[in-house]
Amino acid sequence: MLKKYFPSILACLALAVLFTIVQVGISGGLLSGYWITNIYLMGINIILASSLNLINGFTGEFSLGHAGFMAVGAFTGAIVTANLGLPFPLAIIAGMLAAAIAGVIVGLPTLRLRGDYLAIATLGFGEIVRVVLMNIDYVGGASGMMGIPEVVNWPIIFISVVLSLLLIRNFIGSSHGRACLAVRENDLAAQMMGVNITYYKVLAFVIGAALAGLAGVLYAHYYSIIQPKEFSFMLTFDVLVMVMVGGLGSLTGSVVGAVLLTTASAFLQAIPELRMVLYALLLIVSAVFRPQGLLGEKEITLRTFERWGGVLYAALNRKQTE
Amino acid sequence: MQLLTVNKLSKSFGGLVAINNFNLRVESGDLVGLIGPNGAGKTTVFNLLTGLYQPTTGSITFDGRDLKGKHPHQITRMGMARTFQNIRLFGNLSVLDNVKIAYQAVVNYGLIPAFLRVPPFNRREEEIEKAALELLEIFGLKEHAYDRARNLPYGEQRCLEITRALATGPKLLLLDEPAAGMNPQETHELLSLIKWIREQFKLTIILIEHDMSLVMGLCERVLVLDYGSLIAEGTPQEIQQNPKVIEAYLGDEEVVAWEE
Amino acid sequence: MQDLLQQLLNGLSQGSIYALIAVGYTMIYGIIQLINFAHGDVIMVGAYVALGAVLMGFGFIPSLLIAMLVCAVLGVLIERVAYRRVRPVSRLAALTSAIGVSLFLEYTMMYFLGADIRTFPPGVLAERTYSLGGVMITNKDLLVLGTTVILVVVLQYIIFRTRTGKAMRAVSFDGQAAQLMGVNVNNTVAITFFIGSAMAAAAGMLYGIYFNSVQPLMGLMPGLKAFIAAVLGGIGSIPGAMLGGILLGMTESLVAGFGGSMYRDAVAFIILILILLIKPTGLLGKGVQEKV
Repeated sequence: MLKKYFPSILACLALAVLFTIVQVGISGGLLSGYWITNIYLMGINIILASSLNLINGFTGEFSLGHAGFMAVGAFTGAIVTANLGLPFPLAIIAGMLAAAIAGVIVGLPTLRLRGDYLAIATLGFGEIVRVVLMNIDYVGGASGMMGIPEVVNWPIIFISVVLSLLLIRNFIGSSHGRACLAVRENDLAAQMMGVNITYYKVLAFVIGAALAGLAGVLYAHYYSIIQPKEFSFMLTFDVLVMVMVGGLGSLTGSVVGAVLLTTASAFLQAIPELRMVLYALLLIVSAVFRPQGLLGEKEITLRTFERWGGVLYAALNRKQTE
Repeated sequence: MQLLTVNKLSKSFGGLVAINNFNLRVESGDLVGLIGPNGAGKTTVFNLLTGLYQPTTGSITFDGRDLKGKHPHQITRMGMARTFQNIRLFGNLSVLDNVKIAYQAVVNYGLIPAFLRVPPFNRREEEIEKAALELLEIFGLKEHAYDRARNLPYGEQRCLEITRALATGPKLLLLDEPAAGMNPQETHELLSLIKWIREQFKLTIILIEHDMSLVMGLCERVLVLDYGSLIAEGTPQEIQQNPKVIEAYLGDEEVVAWEE
Repeated sequence: MQDLLQQLLNGLSQGSIYALIAVGYTMIYGIIQLINFAHGDVIMVGAYVALGAVLMGFGFIPSLLIAMLVCAVLGVLIERVAYRRVRPVSRLAALTSAIGVSLFLEYTMMYFLGADIRTFPPGVLAERTYSLGGVMITNKDLLVLGTTVILVVVLQYIIFRTRTGKAMRAVSFDGQAAQLMGVNVNNTVAITFFIGSAMAAAAGMLYGIYFNSVQPLMGLMPGLKAFIAAVLGGIGSIPGAMLGGILLGMTESLVAGFGGSMYRDAVAFIILILILLIKPTGLLGKGVQEKV
């Protein structure tokens, strides 16, 4: 019985340690404001990358609409707190709900389209959202919204990330997640197995959209200022790079991708062009040499560590005997 | 009891008539063969039955219900399953997951249990896994349960396709050239397998096949399609002597198969 | 009425630039079923090369030809490096690679040349305005229209009157069959990129002159919109791309001219989603049923 729960207990411990280290770093003043911002961004990027991976990697669709869903979430959340003066948890619910509804509206008609057409259609959706937001005076037009309460702190980011990942993991490990995988692998055969492919395509799309909406709410309530132009398709491309680096269809890979690339861009902040050149090269190299993503679709599990541990142990042993 | 009734079915793509006025009655428990030269429209019939194509005219009644406007997944859930001529497994998934996905047509649970892993998640998942493993054991695939489907040898991939189709709990099974690419030995084993699952799962089967030894050894009734039209129907013996059928096949590569 | 005609004329010039770009998109999509996301950025490179040539003292036509040649080679190079290996593996991987190439061109350019907007020297074309029954036509309009017409005529000649054109049509109809008939598919794809990218370079130079602006991200929007124009006209069809480009240019011009200038950029995407829903094969495209 204990053995069965061992990995879960270990995971909880590891998370608790991670949480405490960062929290101590923040409250103890060990981390500069710059790095705190980047750690928060990392969290937001993990949510974005893993939710895009649910659509692009696990269900095999190709969406480029993530910036749009994030914008919907960010502005809805900001309206709830800044304009209506309601509490932050309501902003999260409203932001996710609005993004999910946007997901249904966009997904229902466009998911019938083949992969590359879907990509352009969702990209178009994102642009429409941006242009429409720029034209609504209620949300500040092109200059966006200001004075959004800065309530987001490390515990909120941490819990959001953990819950999002848990939600996606549970979904993928369920019969519904398997149906999504079946759609990716062979949609005709999936239909013949009784899988309603439209339902599952839209479902994965909507879950992905809702989580992008969550990322948007967090983003808005961290920076306190949001402008429509921040949510252009360049943002979607950033997330796409994280997914591709981490591997299509690997949840842990998305976490790694988001962490790696957020760190890389933190270091390259001074020369943003170079950062984009790096992203571009990563996209090309991964597509040409590793179409499943640089780290492939493998998950990092306890067994991975055991294996690495084993290799390390063997290497050390050999050194000693030599 | 009449399980499947196809009435004056036609399908055209643009100007091309693929199926012309096709009629078929299948009783519960029948094992019917569907043969014909390449391009005669056999697979198109299966695609129409399973809802992948909508008929241009005509009607299909399955298990007492009209299939008009039904989606493929709905038809599967009504009890019709099929295999594909060119194998269509979920190649990157495990053999076990291939069967589990199919079993969802029989046992499933809602989204909330899936997200939160609350009951009935565990119970149903265990049930699905147990049933899938049992089915794999019957077909001798249990040892490969955790292998990727696309890494299976060809014959076992074909076998997995049939296993997966059975996991949806069908009344009617459509087999599209199950013996394609098999050697005589494997074909012979397939013949016994089909006989056996028919008894065991109380199935009605429609079989498309080029291998005449299989068709003649299995089917009680054979239909012959040519250019989208039914040109003959009868027992294997009658079909073998039907001049129209011989003519349809003459000059075709299938002549070789006939001589076997 | 005059207003309307004026808007339509502006739309026609803008639309014919879209059309030039869309032709390249549609040729490439027709032959390898890939949305060449980097096509818009070839426009940008073309504009920079042409600008460089003009600054070095070349005239309009030599500069245009230099830009076309450089970009044609660039197009072939892109196909060779970023697409050829990926295409047979997965269309989505190819699309990812294409997005990568697009970002690469934009930001290497930005890194080396900066993000400043540059302009063509006024000497390249002294602006003149003619009035035609109250409708203003500038010599820029005439230049854009004239160049587009000439290039399209040349293109039609290549595709329908030469061996190369025949091979291109064969490959886009059925690549495998064409290969069996002895067509060198890889070469034909390369030639398609060569021609398509040359067209994009011409569009880039015209765009730079017409809007008086050359900058590293200039290709993004016209690229996307030209793709939409290609879908609108029926992807794979060259007359379709022309029609789609001009229709899109005119629609945008009308929307901008009659009050909705802020929505100008959204119009194209709305058209895209509508056309994909109502008639995914486009106005002049042919439908294909997927074989089960």
